[in-house]
Amino acid sequence: MISEAFQPKILAFCCHYCAYASADLMGSMRIQYPPNVRIIRTPCTGRLEVNFFLKALEDGADGVLVAGCMEGGCHFINGNLCAKRRVNHVREMLAEIGLEKERLRMVNVSAAMARPLADLIIDMVETVRRLGPNPLRTSTPASESETHS
Amino acid sequence: MIVAQRKTVPELMEILQGHPRLLVLGCGTCVTVCLAGGEREVSIIASAIRMASRLRGQPIQVEELTIERQCDNVFLEQAAEAIERNSAVLSLGCGAGVQALAERYAQKPVYAGLDTAFLGILEERGIWTEKCSSCGACVLHDFGGVCPITRCAKHLLNGPCGGSRPDRCEVRPDRECAWQLIYQRLKDIGQLDRIKKIAPPKDWSTSLDGGCRTIIREDHRI
Repeated sequence: MISEAFQPKILAFCCHYCAYASADLMGSMRIQYPPNVRIIRTPCTGRLEVNFFLKALEDGADGVLVAGCMEGGCHFINGNLCAKRRVNHVREMLAEIGLEKERLRMVNVSAAMARPLADLIIDMVETVRRLGPNPLRTSTPASESETHS
Repeated sequence: MIVAQRKTVPELMEILQGHPRLLVLGCGTCVTVCLAGGEREVSIIASAIRMASRLRGQPIQVEELTIERQCDNVFLEQAAEAIERNSAVLSLGCGAGVQALAERYAQKPVYAGLDTAFLGILEERGIWTEKCSSCGACVLHDFGGVCPITRCAKHLLNGPCGGSRPDRCEVRPDRECAWQLIYQRLKDIGQLDRIKKIAPPKDWSTSLDGGCRTIIREDHRI
């Protein structure tokens, strides 16, 4: 069955001040987490823009995880709340586009939450595994994109 | 500025049927400021169209371009080559921009990617409000700089209607009563006597009457 064999590729945008530190702590604590996740460090989840999520999914990522600070604990005061609104906006857009909105998820952790972060990653991997491969990865290759301004 | 918002992806897919190569053309003026049709929004909508068209089995090749101003022929020239190599244009300009493009490139299908909404201002981040109905005969001097045509739900020139509670509109309680604002503003600037003036019926011939309006300035013609 494809659901058992399928190894999703998931991009995880991790805030430098919390989730990335937690991911580091996961390593120090020898906590295992699925190798399906590719971590990208960001200065703050508030840096992430709508087209980052769309581009990741367009280019074939099976899922995108945004991991920011606990609400009220953002190093830049409200960057994670900006990210939350953008993620919700893109989830609505994904439904319009015809892609499952569950492929994009935001979670909140502190820098000391290594175990909870591992559990959140495992849950994301399982969710995306149930959804199956991103249909954009297997459909017609992406058309040429030219950008001028 | 002109305020607009994007059409939904299903609406766009319906509009764009049968066009394998598409130029999504942004505008660097009003719609960039209201975050609806600038370079970033071009990237977002182009990405959404690429994804949606592939998922529907009819992939559209999308090119992205943003010019300074779509309602100006001088800037439209810069998009000529990109328009030439695509089978259609999805304009993220306002209604004026879309029509300027369609007039300039007569052989090319040009579609509106935005719904142009109103003339307004940014109240706070992410919130825009209409301020002007471009009626063609401004009355702001009589009303302390608050437009009763645009901001009163009943467009009353001789208000208030009597239904406001106490400074909220009775039609839309989430809005301020324009006439309360007019009273307060006239009081603050010492011109409260203006409110006693009875306004005659407004001449709407300068507004939505007799087709599109034109301004001809002989002093600027060559």
